[in-house]
Parts: sequence; C-alpha cells; structure tokens
Amino acid sequence: MMEEIKSQTNPVADNVVIVSTDELVKKTEELRSRKVSPMDYLHDIVGMDWGEEGLGALYYMESTETGERTVLKCVANDRENPFIPSVSHIWKTAEIKEREVFDFFGVKFTGNPDMRRLFLREDWKGYPLRKDYDMNSNPLNLDNEENADVTEEYFITPDGKIEGKENVIFGKEEFVVNIGPQHPSTHGVLRMRTAIDGEVICKIDPILGYIHRGIEKISEQMNYRQTLAMTDRLDYLSAHQNRHALCICIEKAAGIEVPLRAQYIRTIMDELQRIDSHLLFYSCLVMDMGGLTPFFYGFREREKILSIMEDTTGGRLIQNYNMIGGVQADIQPDFCKKVKEFIKHLRNVIKDYHDIFTGNIIARERLIGVGVLSKEDAISLGATGGTGRASGWANDVRKRHPYAMYDKVEFREIVYQEGDSFARYMVRMDEIMESCHIIEQLIDNIPEGDFKTKTKPIIKLPEGNFSTSVESSRGEFGVMIESHGDKSPYRLHYRSTGLPLVDAMDTVCRGQKIADLIAIGGTLDFVIPDIDR
Amino acid sequence: MEYEDFKNNDYLERMVEELNRDGAGIILSTIDEVINWGRSNSLWSLTFGTSCCAIEFMSLGAARYDMARFGFEVTRNSPRQADMIMVLGTITYRMAPVLKRLYDQMAEPKYVVAVGGCTISGGPFIKSYHVVNGIDKIIPVDVFIPGCPPRPEAFFYGMMQLQRKIKAEKFLGGKNRKMKKNENLSSGDKE
Amino acid sequence: MFDYYNLTPLLRSIHAFMCGIMPEWLAMTIEGIAVGLFIMIMYAILAIILIYMERKVCATFQCRIGPNRVGGKGGLLQVPADVIKILTKEIIYLKDNDKFLYGLAPFLVITASILTFSCLPWNKGGEILHMDIGIFFVLAASSIGVLGILLAGWSSNSKYTLIGAVRSGAMIISYELSIGISVLTMVILSGAMDIQAIVSNQSDGWNIFKGHIPALMAFIIYLIAGNAEANRAPFDLAEAEQELTAGYHTEYSGMHFGFFYLAEYLNLFITAGIAVTLFLGGWMPLHISGLDAFNAIMDYIPGVIWFVGKTFFIVFILMWIRWTFPRLRIDQVLILEWKYLMPLSLFVLLLMTVCKVFGWVF
Repeated sequence: MMEEIKSQTNPVADNVVIVSTDELVKKTEELRSRKVSPMDYLHDIVGMDWGEEGLGALYYMESTETGERTVLKCVANDRENPFIPSVSHIWKTAEIKEREVFDFFGVKFTGNPDMRRLFLREDWKGYPLRKDYDMNSNPLNLDNEENADVTEEYFITPDGKIEGKENVIFGKEEFVVNIGPQHPSTHGVLRMRTAIDGEVICKIDPILGYIHRGIEKISEQMNYRQTLAMTDRLDYLSAHQNRHALCICIEKAAGIEVPLRAQYIRTIMDELQRIDSHLLFYSCLVMDMGGLTPFFYGFREREKILSIMEDTTGGRLIQNYNMIGGVQADIQPDFCKKVKEFIKHLRNVIKDYHDIFTGNIIARERLIGVGVLSKEDAISLGATGGTGRASGWANDVRKRHPYAMYDKVEFREIVYQEGDSFARYMVRMDEIMESCHIIEQLIDNIPEGDFKTKTKPIIKLPEGNFSTSVESSRGEFGVMIESHGDKSPYRLHYRSTGLPLVDAMDTVCRGQKIADLIAIGGTLDFVIPDIDR
Repeated sequence: MEYEDFKNNDYLERMVEELNRDGAGIILSTIDEVINWGRSNSLWSLTFGTSCCAIEFMSLGAARYDMARFGFEVTRNSPRQADMIMVLGTITYRMAPVLKRLYDQMAEPKYVVAVGGCTISGGPFIKSYHVVNGIDKIIPVDVFIPGCPPRPEAFFYGMMQLQRKIKAEKFLGGKNRKMKKNENLSSGDKE
Repeated sequence: MFDYYNLTPLLRSIHAFMCGIMPEWLAMTIEGIAVGLFIMIMYAILAIILIYMERKVCATFQCRIGPNRVGGKGGLLQVPADVIKILTKEIIYLKDNDKFLYGLAPFLVITASILTFSCLPWNKGGEILHMDIGIFFVLAASSIGVLGILLAGWSSNSKYTLIGAVRSGAMIISYELSIGISVLTMVILSGAMDIQAIVSNQSDGWNIFKGHIPALMAFIIYLIAGNAEANRAPFDLAEAEQELTAGYHTEYSGMHFGFFYLAEYLNLFITAGIAVTLFLGGWMPLHISGLDAFNAIMDYIPGVIWFVGKTFFIVFILMWIRWTFPRLRIDQVLILEWKYLMPLSLFVLLLMTVCKVFGWVF
C-alpha cells in the first residue's frame, strides 16, 4: 500500500512515495494514463542499495503538460535475488534505464525483454554500485570480449514463479557490421552492432561502457566539494552546465544563497558553453557527412570562445569554474568587452555557415526527411534537448523549471515539428542565435558584489533525496543526491543526456542507409563519456 | 619566449647525436638518417579518442594550431595505415582489449603517445573499479603528455619529443620490430 | 605553323641512331625499358606534386597554412618524407584470406592508372602509347582499376572493405556510361579516335568552342562523371572515411596502401588530362582569331606547358569541388547517374550528331 514515509521536514527534498513491488506496475500505469497531467515522461530510474532495507530503484517522472514531478520508490527485499516488475511497456526509455540498474545493482526486472549488462563486460562478476562490492574483485582482463547474440528475459509465470527465457537479437543469417568502438564518426567510443541488408539498416544494438569510469561510485567516497570535479568530465562540451547542476543541487539542499553576480556569470558561462557546443556540433556533423572545410570554420569561432573562457577560468575545455556558493574567480576585466565583440563577429559569420552547408543541395537532400523521430517516441524515449525540440516537444528546462537567471531574461524556445535530421540541425543553429540573445541581455547588467558566498570547509547535507536538472548543451542533465547526513553523498546519480539519445538510434535509423546512420548520429548529438559516466 | 631561450631540449638533441655517432658506417648511417627523417616528419596518427582529450586533438588539427604544419597532416582511421596511436582519454577495462588489439593491428614502425592524466595513471578516476591505471600496463608507451586535458601546445611538445626519439632509431642493423613476429597471433588477425 | 617543339623528329633520330649501333630488337627493348622507367618516374613525381598541391589547396580553403616545416619554407619536402616513411613501413598480410588476390589488387589499380597515364598527349609527338583507337584504349584500360578495387574489397575478408568495394563497383560501372557517351560526343565532333588527331583537329579552335552548347554540356557531364570515376568527394563513397573507416583499402598497409593512395591522385590528373585533351585543345596554345601577334607569342610556349597548365587548372577545380561539398549517399549517386546524367548525355550525343551533320559546328 502507498504510504508517505519521509515526513516533510525538508521542503526542498523530493517527495518520495514508496510503492511495493506488486503495486508498481498498477501505480505507474495509473499515473501514466490519468486525465490530469499524465506522467508521460520518465525522467530517470535510479538504482539504489539501501543496505538492510534492500535493493531497489527510484522512478523520477514528469508530466510534459504541467511539469509536475513524481518520485516513486520501489524496494526489492531479497538481496540475493532481487526482482522488480519492469515498466518498459509504459515508457520505452525504461528498457535501457532498467538495464543500467541491473548492471550496477543486479536488480532483475521481470518483463524487460533485454536483461544484458549495459556498461560492464558480459563476464563481469558482481554489481559494482552495491555497497558491499569488493573493488578489487574484477582485475584487468585483456581477453577479447565475446558478445552474445541473445538476451535474457525474466518473467513471472501465472503461478507466481520466476522463469527466464532467451530473446534473439541477431539471427545467424543477419549481416552484422560492427561500427565502433574505434570509429571516426561515433563521437567517442560508442559501438553499434548494426544489422544491414545491403545498405539498408535493419537493426542497431548499441553497446556502451567503453568509457564507463564509475564516476557515481567514486563520488560516494568523496566529499561534496570533490564531487564537483567529476561533472566537468562527464559531458565535456557542457562542462559548465553539468557543474552548475550539481552546484544548484548542493546549494539547494544545504540552503546556501548564491549572490546575484554569480548567478549572472553562471548564466552567461552556460550560454557561452552552449554556443561552443553547438559550433562543435556543426563542425562534426559536416565532417561526418564528408564536407571537411566547414569543420574548420566551426572551430575557428569556437577557439574565440575558448579564449574568452580561458581568460576567466584558466581552462580551455574543462574549466572547473562553478563552486558551491558561487564561482571560483571573478570575471576578467575585459570579459564583457570580448564577449560583446565575439557575439557581433558570430552574427556576421553565421551567414557563411548557412551559405556553405545549410543551403547546399547535397546537405538538404541528405538531411530533410531522413531519420524522423515522432513526438510520441521522443517523449517515450526521453529524448530531451534539441532532439526532442526538433520533434515538437517543448522540453527546455530553462523554460519549464527556470534556474539561475533564466526566468529574468526573454528568449524563445526553438521548436520544430518535422522531427527529421534537418530539424535537429536547425534547432541547434537557431539556438546559437538565441544564446547570443540571452547573453546580450545579461552582459551589460552584471551587478556588482561578491562572486561567491563563504561556505563552511566541510559541507554536510541534511537527510533526503535532492534532485535538480539543467538544460545542458544537448538535453536535460539531472542530478540526484541521496544524503544520509554525511559529508559525502550516499548515492549520487547523474541523468545522462545522451543515454536516451543512443537508445533512440534504433528507432530512428531503421530503414535508412548506412550513410544516414552517421548523419543521424551526428544530428542526435551525443557525447559518449556522458552516457557511460 | 624565443625558441633559442628554450634550452630544455638541448640534452635530447645531444643525445640523439651521440646515439647516431657510433655504430654503423657512413653509408648505413646516412641511409638511416634519411629514413629517420622521413619517418619522424610523417607521423600519421590513428584517430583514437575516447574522451575529453580527443576534443583538444580536434582543436590541434583545426586552423589555430594546425598540426599539418609539422607533418602530422593525415589522421588515418584504419590502424593498418597509421604510424602512431595517440591515446586520447581514459582507457577502461572494457576498452583495454580493444586498445591492445588496435595496437597489434598497426604496422611497424609504430609509436604510442599517451595523452592526459587518465592514460598516464588513471587520473582523477584512479580509484575506480573500471579504469586502467596507466596504459603502459597494456602497451609500450613512447611519450607521455600530461594534462587534463593538455593544451595544444603541450601536444606539440610531446609530438616533437617523439620526433626526436625516432631520429635516434636505427633502421639498418638495429632492432626494427617492437613485437616479435608471432607475438600478436593470439589477437587473431595478423599472419 | 608551330613546330618549334615537335618531339617526333628528335625521337625518330634517336631511334635511327640506336638502330645504327645495335640490332633493331635490342634497340626496341632498350627504348622500351627507358620509356617504361620514364613513365614510372614521371608518375611518381606528378603524384608528389599533386599530393602537395592538394594539401596546400585544402589548407587555403580551410584557413590553415598546411605543411610548412619539413624541408625549409613551404614544406616542400613534406611529401617526399611521407614517401620514405611509407616505403619503409611494414606490409601486413592477413590470415584466412586469398593472399594472391589480396596482393594483386593494388597492382591492378596502379597498372590501370599507369596504362591510362601513358596515353596522355603531352606534346606534339610526345605521346607514349600512340594508337589509332587511343581514346577507346583509355576507356578500356581505366576500367581495369575497378577490378582492383573489387578484388581489394573482397579479398581483405572484412565487412567494411566489402561494402566499400561493392559501392565502388556499382558507382564506377554506372558513371562509365556517362563518360563513354560524353567521350563519344567529342569523337563525333573530331571525327577521330586517335588522341593525337583529336588534338590536332583543335588547332583552329578548342573543341569546347567549336562544339559550343553540346560540347559545353558534354564537358560538364564529363567532369561530374570523371570525378566519380576518380573516387573523389562528393563521390568518395568507396572510401567514405566517416562511414567505412577507410573503405576498400582498410586492411592494406605500407606500400600496398601507398599504391592506392598514388592511384587516387594520378586518376585525378588523368581525368583532368583527358578532359583537357578532348575539350580544351590538349597541348594546343590559346589562340584568339584576329590577334596574330598574341597568337605567335603563345606559339612560343611549349605544348607540354600548355598541357600541364590546363590540366592543373582542371585539377584545381576538382579539388575545389572536393573541399566544398558534403558526400552524397549511394542511392543519390546512382539516381543522379541513371535518372539525370545518362539521359542527358544521350541527348547531348544526339544534339552533337545533328549539329555535325548540318554543319552547325565551327
């Protein structure tokens, strides 16, 4: 039965509703199909090890209509053989998220058709995010890894027993090509096993984990200040935004007030980072499609942003700039002047970008109408960011749950309806201009004052679950902290922006050509270290 | 700083000279010199980026830094045609066999440059259960470039160190293969 | 008219001298070997120049400097360094594949390329392989190249190479039609298949001016199809770095790969050279009727310079195209050929025939 266990001592903590394993499917179906603000967007599933209480998962869901959020908690009591019913028939994204929980905690989801490991090798022993995991139990293994062509599925028989069966991913007759992990166009070490018929793609099975660094586990041994360092290395093209998210979450939980000046600087930096990332998106997309010259144009402007950021933060790619309670250092005296010059310059040269690529007949032929993702699929798969907005889903966190200065500035949320590669490309190109617009509103009005508040050397968060999300360069980046009152988090989870996007590859690419696979991958715009964490 | 003021490399250049002075006769050493000149000025790297450092490597190829100036023009995507493998970013346990295999697939002479803290020691992820603490445990490394990620200038410095190293090699009469003929048979694709 | 630089008398006298001091068969053999070596050396030198040119051209388009350290200012010795490197690089043989065909493939590609290369008319009397059906021979010899690509793709025993080879096969066989038909158009205009005769016929005006509209259309069709034949972007699907890592030559290393690399650049040169021969007057100097003094000065410039100059101009245009456009997809490539280029080139052929019959050409 439903019961509220966490009394509302902390108003900023998430309101967690406990559901038993038997009730979970019924409850989620009810939430999904109710008339008023149906929970159609599954934000994340966070696996948990509560020690004595058992293993389980937190379900973060949101209604795209009203923005209302609900958190469910489901615990499987049996530590040896934990089972939770799958919700993958309600939300498509649940399939891969449940695989992640299985990989880290060993919780088996009955009814999920694909219960393979997601990030770790198939011959990995143990479940690393469990509290009792021995860190040395899996030494480096240099044997080549064999990937099974079948998956396991667990289901409950009518008489209540749990049985397993095997689902075939790739049959013997299928021509399977390995794309990755070392491949120029997978934007990192993604590997896609792709079944093709001639040039036409029949099925894609993404294999992840080639850059799984176990950041969530390492963070559990660090204090809150130290955990910040990891965020920049998740999605290095959204370094500011990622760190911003964690800072907001910790500040919110600890009740730290951030000075207005820091809020301004953070917002400007976030938008600069977004322009930086979208310029890189343009460069890489064009290069993936075989046009090498525009790649250099994108990088030319990107270098200017990097110089501006380097002046203030000291880092080119990874800046380590946001801190709990503000930012690390004040902005450089000529920061505002340089930013304004840059925006003026960018507005001039963006025309060239459109001339050389957007208007090009080959580019249009290859992007328009290719790789269509419908709005329903985008929501069900949780494909946030530019990808979702290109399909008509207005999912910008800056609008839905404004943070920092975003409720004070005026800007347009770019939404296209087509859902094809071209729409995804145009969303990013238009967002560059919109980011310029945001920066222009802020840059002249940065208030005087402190750039950070003084905080205690050791920060302890009150007990509870805390979550925030920000709009990173490629979608909604979420942070979830479960604190047990210590100086380090009991569990720190990041909602990867890229994981749902990679999951969407199979849906989007079926029936397209190999060349389209690369172009679609480019327009979906994922960064692998952020997926694998 | 002027190049002349930058005395850091003198000892290396002296060492290269010393190493080349003794040994083979005039004809052989001249041929060696020509071959080493060719090899050191035409280092084609395999594109092998796993994380952050790869983006800096892209900056390195772009207009502001333009590594084509020094003979690093071509990046090949096929390991067979590459001369060096630049390991850009963290190597995890799942990636390690792949890295080893790629190294095995490369044709001699081959060089390895380890870029960034992660490849050198595991970097910030040193305590992780899934990160290789230094790729020199898997493959022999010629040059380490520290940083997180290193600046493009650091990349250049590291790559030029590799050029100096190559200039001290001997093609004729020296040891040409880093791996024994059949050492890599286990990885399954070279004869 | 302008016989200052005609090579035929010189070559005849050399042959006569050789026959004077040794039996004719020996003279022929020695001459054959000398010419063969000459072709190889020219081939290598041109490849080096072309690769250097490509690097500098693309660097300019990309706001870069390009190679400028190796070998003094301008990086002139960059490509020789690459050549030395690639010559001393290990050649990998795979296991579990057809070793004979695997080894044969790069040689087929380079043979096709050299054979076609020998047919280029460098100067008056400066053609190495001279035969009455020269242009037909060029078309036939250049087709051997695709066999090499197909073999390379198949014998490497890898999926990427196979896809690359099949793509290349489908594409080259299609575009050969357009090339053949546009070459045929020009053969109708000149009334000859002998390459020297085609060039000589242009002494009173280049074919592109003589054949006006149909010749111009054929020229454009030829450039598009020729670009596809040479496997250059936007038609470089067979290599398609971003999709197939390195396409059909993924598994080749060392000099084997070097052969493919050389052939790619020389095929570019050959495509441009044939275009110059057929449309832009080969080694003929530029003449403007009425300006006799100008024409006379033009005549003093040797034919070989005219030929090479024009060819490099076309090569530059092809490089410009390569570094501007994104790559096409395989179905788009085939649609472009079968739906648009081939019908259009047939129409141009018809138009040219009509023009020729009614004497509407200059």
